Amino acid sequence: MHELSVTENILDISLRYARENNAKKIIDIYLVIGDLSTIVDDSVQFYWNIISDNTIAKDACLHFKRIPAKLRCQECTTEYLLSESEFSCPHCNSHNVQIIAGDEFYLEAIDIDH
Amino acid sequence: MEKRVTIVENILNANDRLAAENQSQLDKANVFSLNIMASPGAGKTSLIEHTIKLLSPEIRIAVIDGDIDTSLDADRAAAAGAIAVQVNTGGDCHLDAVMIQNALQKIPLNEVDLLIVENVGNLVCPASFKLGTHKNVLIASIPEGDDKPYKYPGMYRGIQALVLNKIDLLPYTTFDMPYFYKGVEILNPGLITFPLSCRTKEGLDQWVNWIKTQILK
Repeated sequence: MHELSVTENILDISLRYARENNAKKIIDIYLVIGDLSTIVDDSVQFYWNIISDNTIAKDACLHFKRIPAKLRCQECTTEYLLSESEFSCPHCNSHNVQIIAGDEFYLEAIDIDH
Repeated sequence: MEKRVTIVENILNANDRLAAENQSQLDKANVFSLNIMASPGAGKTSLIEHTIKLLSPEIRIAVIDGDIDTSLDADRAAAAGAIAVQVNTGGDCHLDAVMIQNALQKIPLNEVDLLIVENVGNLVCPASFKLGTHKNVLIASIPEGDDKPYKYPGMYRGIQALVLNKIDLLPYTTFDMPYFYKGVEILNPGLITFPLSCRTKEGLDQWVNWIKTQILK
C-alpha cells in the first residue's frame, strides 16, 4: 500500500548518486528486498514509470533481487525457509531458531551512462 | 560509457533520518514515547484511554492519532485527559516520520512526560516506517486468532513490547496460546508481553507499571 513513497525514495537515492557521478542517464537499478519487507514489485514498477518521467532515470530497468526469509536452527544448525514449517525446525522440531535473512531493504547499485 | 555505481543505502533512509531527528527532539524535552500499532479493532484507542485514565494527571500525556479521516479517536483521547493531535493521513496506510514531525510542533513538549502515537490500523505498512518513538508496541487481540505472528512476521519483528488484548474472550475461542507464543518467540526472542483485557481491566496494572518504569529510565 505504501509503494508510492517507497518508489519516490528509490528515485531520490538513484538521482543523487547519478548526479554525484555525472551520469547522463540511469540505465539499471538494483534493489535488494527481503521477503519480510512488504513491497509489491509490480506496484513499484507501475509508480516508477510515472514518477521517473522527465528525469534521467526515465526508462531505467528496475531489478528486484528477492531474498527469501530464512531461519537457522540453533540446536541442529539446519537452515530452512520461513514458509516451510510454521517456523519450527523441520529436522528436529526445535523452536530455538533464529532469522538469518529476509529483512533486507536497500538499493544496491545503479548502472549509469556518463 | 556505462559504469556501475555501488550504493547500498536503505530505501527508507530519508524517513529513518527524520525519525532520528524526532527522537532527539523528544529526548531533549525528556518525553518518553510509544508507537502503538495494531489491526483495526484490536483495541488501540481503548488501551490508550485506559492508560491515560490510570496515569494522569501525575504523568502528563499527549496523543498523536493517525487516522484515514475522522477525529473520533483523538476526541476520545482528549476526553480522557490528554493533549490530543489528530493526523489525517488522507488515505495513507501508515504514519511516517514527517507526519510526526509536523504533529510535534502542535504539542508543548516541555509540558509532557509521555507521548503516545496511535498508528493507522494495519498490520503491514506501519512496521516499515520508523517514527522516532522510543518503543514500538503491537496490540494483538484474542478474536484475531493465534496465527497472526506467522502471517505478519514483519510486524512482530519490529516491536519492543506486545500487548495481547481481550483475554477475557479466551474461553469462547480456539485461540492456542502456546502456538501464538511460539511464533512470537521465534520472530522476537525475549519480547516483553502484556496479556490484558481493557473490558475487565485485568492486566492493565502491569502495562502501566511498565510505562512508568520506562519514563523513569
